[in-house]
Amino acid sequence: MRVHVDQEICEGHGRCYAIAPELFEPDEIGNGHEVGDGTVTPELERKARLAVGNCPERAITVEEG
Amino acid sequence: MGLHEPVEDWASDFDHTDDAWAADPFPIWNELRQTCPVAHSDRYRGVWLPTRHEDISAIAYDTERFTSRSVVVSEFRPPHEMAPAGVAPPISSDPPFHKGARRVLLPAFSPQAVDRLEPSTRAYCEELVDGLRGHDVVDAAEGYAQHIPVRVIAHMLGLPEADADRFRGFVNHVLEGVALPMEERAAGMLELFEYLKAQIDDHVAHPRDDLISYLLDAELDGEKLDFFHVGRTIALLLIAGIDTTWSAVGASLWHLAGHPADRERLVAEPELLPTAMEELLRAYAPVTMARLVREDMDFAGCPMKADDFVLLPFPAANRDPDAFDRADEVLIDREVNRHAAFGLGIHRCAGSHLARMEMRVALEVWLEAFPTFHLADPAAVRWSGGQVRGPRTLPLRMS
Repeated sequence: MRVHVDQEICEGHGRCYAIAPELFEPDEIGNGHEVGDGTVTPELERKARLAVGNCPERAITVEEG
Repeated sequence: MGLHEPVEDWASDFDHTDDAWAADPFPIWNELRQTCPVAHSDRYRGVWLPTRHEDISAIAYDTERFTSRSVVVSEFRPPHEMAPAGVAPPISSDPPFHKGARRVLLPAFSPQAVDRLEPSTRAYCEELVDGLRGHDVVDAAEGYAQHIPVRVIAHMLGLPEADADRFRGFVNHVLEGVALPMEERAAGMLELFEYLKAQIDDHVAHPRDDLISYLLDAELDGEKLDFFHVGRTIALLLIAGIDTTWSAVGASLWHLAGHPADRERLVAEPELLPTAMEELLRAYAPVTMARLVREDMDFAGCPMKADDFVLLPFPAANRDPDAFDRADEVLIDREVNRHAAFGLGIHRCAGSHLARMEMRVALEVWLEAFPTFHLADPAAVRWSGGQVRGPRTLPLRMS
């Protein structure tokens, strides 16, 4: 599983890195970015889905697999 | 309040400053969502009120047809010459100017910058609760919630804490004085800007490590921000940063005072607070934004005219059953929560990270000091109306 934050859609609410700091990090203006290449280890899948479910802008996409 | 005729028909003659809206707007919005999802009123020279999440978010995202030239509904429409910055950049700015004006501000409100303010915020809150210990009845709105954002924002901007009462006066005038006669409203605005001019002049002469000096030094497209831009942005931060957070903290304490099971669970499981806080933000989102219609057009079958206001009641969007399961219930362990308390789209509240930090710290410190409290007199609770709703009188029995 991989996650990605679309920078065209992100408005910096910061829900993703508050919920899953292992998977997302803020830049200097508060926008969220996936850590590294966005790979989600199995034990963090639940957190990844919570981040997706709490993004007010629906800016996070998930690639299953 | 009290300056207008009481509302009898919410679908055709609503007024967001009406006492019934302040006391309990949820039944009004729920009814309108069913019967008249975009209501209209001739008050304030024409204003629309969408109550469905779908319409509210569509308008928030549509910066072409809806301008932010004014975001506070009143009789007044700011002159077009104030564009592109508007009366209080960046909240009053439209694209493309908006992006740069906001970009300048965001680093000061980033999560990293906000983290640095947490220790002093916690110290303020602890000082406040120490002053409240030993009392049987405490007004949590007046004696606690309101002081926290005033002190935090004064410290951040670099304004004297001793002027806190004046700040609250300015906020009250701008946000709750919308029904005042135009001359009286203009005089209040003038007083605010004269106060800020003196403070900014002092920062020009004596630069220091605070947000006013930061903005005076900041550049937009390779040029320093002009004096008016700095002044209007400072006015925005002062107005937007105070009674919004005050309202969110107060509404949370009001909920916990009236719902002992939720209060007891948070005392027992403090790690649930971040999740609970999001639910309290959803259920009691304090802020209703507004836009002006740019040109005559049709929206959702409504004939909107240029310079009509449109209210964006984010708290109503947050209670729409088409967007949230069990929308009218407060579930403090709700895990999926895409609420719009801080708005949607390019005008997402620039201070949201600061507001969340203040709210979390304020509630943590309160619950640790006072694990048991109840509404002393539910009938004595008074809520502000208009575009920022929260408890302004909140007597709690502390045992």
